[in-house]
Amino acid sequence: MALNRKIAYIDLSTGTIETRPIPLEARKKFLGGRGLDAYLLFNHTQKGVDPVGPENALMVSAGILGGTLASASSRTHIMAKSPLTELLGSANMGGFFAPELRWAGFDHLVIKGKAEKPVYLWIHNGNIEIRDASHLWGKTVTETQWAIRKELNDEDVKCAVIGPAGENLVRFANVMTGIKDSAGRTGMGCVFGSKNLKAIAARGTMDIKISYPKDALDYNKRFITQIVSAKVNQTQGTLGTPFIWGATNSWGGIRTRNFQYNQCEYADDIEPERIDEIATETMGPYHMAGCFGCQVHCRAQYKIPSGPYAGRYDEGPEYTSQGAFGGEPDCKNAVTVLTGNHLVDQWGVDNLEIGSIISWAMELYELGILTSKDTDGLDLRFGNDEALLEMIRRICFRDGWLGDTLADGGIRASDKIGKNSFDYLIQVKGMNNLHSDERATPALALGIATGSRGSDHLRSRPAIDLYHLPEEVLRKVYGNPVAYDGPLSSEHTSYEGKSWQVLWQELCYMGVDCLGICKYHTTFLGATLPNFEDWSRVLYYNTGLEMSPRDIWDIADRCYTLERLFNLREGLTRDDLRKGDTLNHRYFDEPCLRGAPDVVGATIDREKFTKMIDEYYKHHGWDENGVPTPETLKRLGLDKEPSHLL
Amino acid sequence: MGKVLMVNYEKCTGCRLCELVCSVFHQGVSNPSRSRIKVVKWETEGLYIPMTCQQCQDAPCMNVCPVKAISRDETLDYVKVDQDICIGCRACVSACPFGAMSFDVVDRQVIKCDLCDGDPQCVRFCEVKAIEYVDADQMSGLKKRDAAYRLSVAEKEAAVLLQQM
Repeated sequence: MALNRKIAYIDLSTGTIETRPIPLEARKKFLGGRGLDAYLLFNHTQKGVDPVGPENALMVSAGILGGTLASASSRTHIMAKSPLTELLGSANMGGFFAPELRWAGFDHLVIKGKAEKPVYLWIHNGNIEIRDASHLWGKTVTETQWAIRKELNDEDVKCAVIGPAGENLVRFANVMTGIKDSAGRTGMGCVFGSKNLKAIAARGTMDIKISYPKDALDYNKRFITQIVSAKVNQTQGTLGTPFIWGATNSWGGIRTRNFQYNQCEYADDIEPERIDEIATETMGPYHMAGCFGCQVHCRAQYKIPSGPYAGRYDEGPEYTSQGAFGGEPDCKNAVTVLTGNHLVDQWGVDNLEIGSIISWAMELYELGILTSKDTDGLDLRFGNDEALLEMIRRICFRDGWLGDTLADGGIRASDKIGKNSFDYLIQVKGMNNLHSDERATPALALGIATGSRGSDHLRSRPAIDLYHLPEEVLRKVYGNPVAYDGPLSSEHTSYEGKSWQVLWQELCYMGVDCLGICKYHTTFLGATLPNFEDWSRVLYYNTGLEMSPRDIWDIADRCYTLERLFNLREGLTRDDLRKGDTLNHRYFDEPCLRGAPDVVGATIDREKFTKMIDEYYKHHGWDENGVPTPETLKRLGLDKEPSHLL
Repeated sequence: MGKVLMVNYEKCTGCRLCELVCSVFHQGVSNPSRSRIKVVKWETEGLYIPMTCQQCQDAPCMNVCPVKAISRDETLDYVKVDQDICIGCRACVSACPFGAMSFDVVDRQVIKCDLCDGDPQCVRFCEVKAIEYVDADQMSGLKKRDAAYRLSVAEKEAAVLLQQM
């Protein structure tokens, strides 16, 4: 059955590997994927553990529905203490790795220690082998994968790998699979690198028994119809995530020139339609690709049309690359966006973080806080496409003083650069924000301020808040599976009820992350998409596990609070600008200068924001400092953690 | 004349849902290695091609079978393996020019597309219609139409180019 997948404990220092079943009790409390990873992290690390030391525990997992008929059950989750934030590290990727890991017999890997020399793990039908990877060290993301396939003589091997950035311990290096699928945030690639772990290769031919095949097939068909009938997914399946860029930019929600503006002007060349045109010209009319089992197919294929990398194949770019290599540095050239996207895919680094940090450096350069001496003569002004691409290289290879400094992440870099450089850094908990500007949307601002992995849009963003949905629709979404009769507002500029929306989305995303399903298949960008109700049935048909929508909600609640406990243990305090639930002063002090009438002049109101955080804590059952109360811990069954169940 | 599976690989997004539903429908498990259809990929070229049985009229698998376990199903007009007769020698696997005959390592028998009793699951779940179940005579008809359209576009483009010269 789908629940018989195992957990493996791998110590790279000693080379020991221990395989155990996952008790049903653990499943019922934490399901799998991100939830169970959070449990493992809390139980297998000590307070203050060095994120790049051998004692840090690295979890790689598939969701409990990975590889089953759950539609887009492709997600791999990776967790460890983050080298970037020194708090929770957590990242999630699509592609084909997680299902393969399950066909090879495993759901969770717990990797500790540090190998003497570079190694990779070879996971095949219940067996795990630690193999030499010296010959792979230095190879790019795709070179590594193809080399492993060749070595193992199997084209169907799927790998999770790091590129040079991970090897060079860039603190926001990512883990990747395939051409572009990235567990991007919080520097999980750096943790791989710190353990001398170049890759994990998986291949399996073991059955995952589906409990009720006919029902699972029929329900999946229904599920898919619901998913692809949503307009948002149809657009996504044509233009990919870049479609979000067009409306968001014209409305005024794109961070430009680091944080100076909220709209990138005269940027026709990086509009979604233009990107799509290039994909069509280079790859033909059918150029969308999908992750395992997914009918949304949001991934565009393209070849770089010109420039030094002309003809190179890649996938994407995502909305985030448009922001990272377009809006934030104010570069307005499609080839730059496509090239930047290709470089980060090859070298294995978080596109959001690197784009944001370079834009920050550009602002410092224009302010004179960084000089051409610091940049080794590189003219690091906004809109300098060549400087942007060169800086990506320098960071990934820690080349030069600035490259090496920025590779350590914004906070460490600001300590080194000094002056008032920190004031310009758009980060929360040490992780930079993506390119979206949340000053006109208090709900979104609250989301990035409180996200358990730092500033991020995939932790709790109530994106549908921007649709001005009628209140009764909001009540329907946000009043299930637990009743909610507090305030809710259709107005995105309002502070009313937003704390509940953020909490609801947090648990919704935690739910899918435990199940191993993609967020585009839930209430993220569309209000009609599946959530708790549907997951309960999908879970039952595929695994036989009986859980009500409310049960899944409670599990998500438990897992989210457990992540909170980890962050608190590692030093999170509410108002700490470096490790807390708060925003850079610019959100409060600098009004938006561009965009639609409801955006121009917008700032976040400090007082209302504080009140929102208070409410948010209250909804969670946390006290005014954001610490879960003893009653809450008892209610969630977390009062005895760490409990070492696994 | 029966219906046939028509693959338009250009449309394939490489998601492999066809492999998953095939193994769930036939064996009640998720396991692509036991699927009768497989998406072959050239990832660095973005090329994904679903490969399955062509139900050949003069089928090499049928010709090579030493115990005559392979025959043509009259109702659905497909090439069928009688598992009671099959001795599992895998001669058919070697003979198939498309690699569409597979050996199921769990049940230890050869497996191939059986059109799911007339409701092919790969077709049912492929939203982009990279694989369709059509009347055999339509297969070339649809291709003709596509090719003809491409020709007309090419001619129009050529005319424009001539004008510009």
